[in-house]
Amino acid sequence: MGTFQIDFGTTKPSPRIIGIDLGTTNSLSAYLDPTGTPQVIPGADGRPLVPSVVHYPLEGAPVVGYEAIEKLKSDPARTVYSAKRLMGRALADIAGEHLTYAIDEAASSQVIHLALGMTPPEVGAAVLRVLKQNAEAHLGEPVTQAVITVPAYFNDAQRQATKDAGRIAGLEVLRLVNEPTAAALAYGLDKRKQGIIAVYDLGGGTFDISILKLHEGIFEVLATNGDTHLGGDDIDQLLMQVALEDLATEWGLDLTADPSAYQSLRQAVIAAKHALSTAPAVSLEFAWLGKEYRRELTREIFDRLILPIVDRTLGPCRRCLADAGVTVEQIDEVVLVGGSTRIPLVRSAVENLFRSRPHTELNPDEVVALGAAVQAGILAGDVQDTLLLDVTPLSLGLETMGGVVTKLIHRNSTIPASATETFTTAIDGQRNVLIHAVQGERELVKDCRSLARFDLKDIPPMPAGLPKIEVRFLIDANGILNVSAKELRSGQQHSMEVTPSYGLTDDQVEAMILASIEHAEDDFRERQVREARVEADQILAAIDKAKANAAWDALTAEERATVSLATNQLLLAYHGDNHEVILAKIEELNQATHPLAESMMNTAVQGALKGTKI
Amino acid sequence: MSDYYGSLDLPPLQLDLDLADLERRFHLKSRQWHPDRFARASAAEQQAALDASSLLNDAYRTLRDPLRRAEYALKVAGLNIGEQGNKDVPADLLEEVFDFNMALEEADADEIGVARERFADMRNEIDEQMLMLFARHDAAPARATLEELRALLNRRRYIANLIATASGEGIRH
Repeated sequence: MGTFQIDFGTTKPSPRIIGIDLGTTNSLSAYLDPTGTPQVIPGADGRPLVPSVVHYPLEGAPVVGYEAIEKLKSDPARTVYSAKRLMGRALADIAGEHLTYAIDEAASSQVIHLALGMTPPEVGAAVLRVLKQNAEAHLGEPVTQAVITVPAYFNDAQRQATKDAGRIAGLEVLRLVNEPTAAALAYGLDKRKQGIIAVYDLGGGTFDISILKLHEGIFEVLATNGDTHLGGDDIDQLLMQVALEDLATEWGLDLTADPSAYQSLRQAVIAAKHALSTAPAVSLEFAWLGKEYRRELTREIFDRLILPIVDRTLGPCRRCLADAGVTVEQIDEVVLVGGSTRIPLVRSAVENLFRSRPHTELNPDEVVALGAAVQAGILAGDVQDTLLLDVTPLSLGLETMGGVVTKLIHRNSTIPASATETFTTAIDGQRNVLIHAVQGERELVKDCRSLARFDLKDIPPMPAGLPKIEVRFLIDANGILNVSAKELRSGQQHSMEVTPSYGLTDDQVEAMILASIEHAEDDFRERQVREARVEADQILAAIDKAKANAAWDALTAEERATVSLATNQLLLAYHGDNHEVILAKIEELNQATHPLAESMMNTAVQGALKGTKI
Repeated sequence: MSDYYGSLDLPPLQLDLDLADLERRFHLKSRQWHPDRFARASAAEQQAALDASSLLNDAYRTLRDPLRRAEYALKVAGLNIGEQGNKDVPADLLEEVFDFNMALEEADADEIGVARERFADMRNEIDEQMLMLFARHDAAPARATLEELRALLNRRRYIANLIATASGEGIRH
């Protein structure tokens, strides 16, 4: 006789993977609902967007989001914004950028350090932690795995920095997805089955253009291009220049010297910029120390002002078309992504270039996160027929004689992509070989971005040219370089010392993770103390009330003294930071009040009896 | 050496490939091997997927381009074409190249333009010859055909350099 085994679903469901758009200005997360539709995740305030602004108070946990924006004006030195522009960069990269928080110039060689002490990945982690908590509260389950989006044109160091931010926030980053590609995923899911799509993504800090070919669920990126330092922030800075010059002549004041005033003006300028996307003219208004500044800003003036910025996006678009090997006529659809594409001049420039009306059905602030959720669904196995084939935005090369670059993996190669090179020695008995990897399109090393140096160590002494070490360069699906070396004769792995040119070392990231866990413990302890105090408040209030009761007077003097002593001891423990002591004192007070409780019961019974007419 | 043909289930060293068929194979294999399909697999399976998909991508990138495909096939057959190609001027081009160099020296834009078009015609002719050699090789693989192909590719590289010079892009290959 056979037995039927009925599976009641004993297999544990896999943990959910969320999609995160970690933006320059705003961040948000999304997930794939049971019907396979991506949904944004709201925060406690019901809003899905979390401004990427982090305020570090002198004491206590960082404040993130709208609350932190308020602090930009009142405490600019301790409030960080646009940290994404600093990700994976060095001090020299951000020269000329006006920020209202300080950079520690002495500490910033391979990684930017803020004067507040932290690095850009840690600031990103503070934002990610809030998104993680929001997702956990909304979904009612722990969230530990995520897909995070990055600008397509991000280089190796910028990608690594984003991954580090995830790790520090306690998230396993299963995949970095390029923002324009994510947007295409969000748009293309149930739309056309074939065709060529261009995604124009102008955000707060970065610009990307990607051209994709859609074919039965496969999203194949043909080419991508962009500028990781071009976006709404640059428009803000242009408007700031105008206003600052006005104020210098009208008021005779240099506002750049006053971060609070600068931030107030910056927010007025941003509000005016936003309003100009729908209104033909706005009045830029700013009041400071009793003085008032007002300036009429028409869209015509605005357009003329920002034209150079919009023009800067067109070069990458043309190069992208050329690399993709398609003409403007072959583009079937154009998709707009990023808040800055709300600007009418940007829309008309895109329309002129591609000669078609771009898609804007999905909220440009949300579309990237929605696409990240789709990619999360692909990784989880919930989305079966869709597959993304992305490319590396920058060529990978090696330094050769005379500071010249030899390209190994060309830009717009589908990833994962690999290349192998065999290295040998140039002089007899040479013990190590140095390899310098760079990213970029230029011919000379000095014009490319240094990626890392690899030292093939402990080569057995042999005549020159005899050792043969094969080095494999592999760009993974995240667009991050992995390198391994093999001694060809023996087939053994060859040891290698890797020195990344930019970014945090693994040890540094580990230390930051530990620090954040310690902080999490601090937070936890703080919460326990707060909860204990709430409990103490309740019992103290109850005793205060009981003292007005006749039952209190019915106690013996000794019983009253015991209660008073226990009350005082609880009050002493109350302001300490040990929740266990507080709870112990609550318990002692509880014990001490037993006679009181009994007495109150009796009084109540007597009262009740008295009130009863027999 | 990495087996590009094998990774796409193609007969070894077939030179004449249908690009639509190649793309179909590439997509099919990508669905099978892309790391996205192994996000929750063991570390060993993830590594295998990474190796297989990077080989697949490298293979598709190489084989979809007739020139790179030919160079790869020659390399597999042990017929390496030199890194720099043949520096010597092909005998039948001596006069042409001499005139072209004169035009360059005199910066005679008209003459340079005429020369560029002539070189471009030569390149197109070579490309047609290359396709004929592809077909001949696939019908009856012979080392002599591959050697002929190598000579043709060297000549093509030389002419491509002339075109690049004429277009003012400097020497490239």
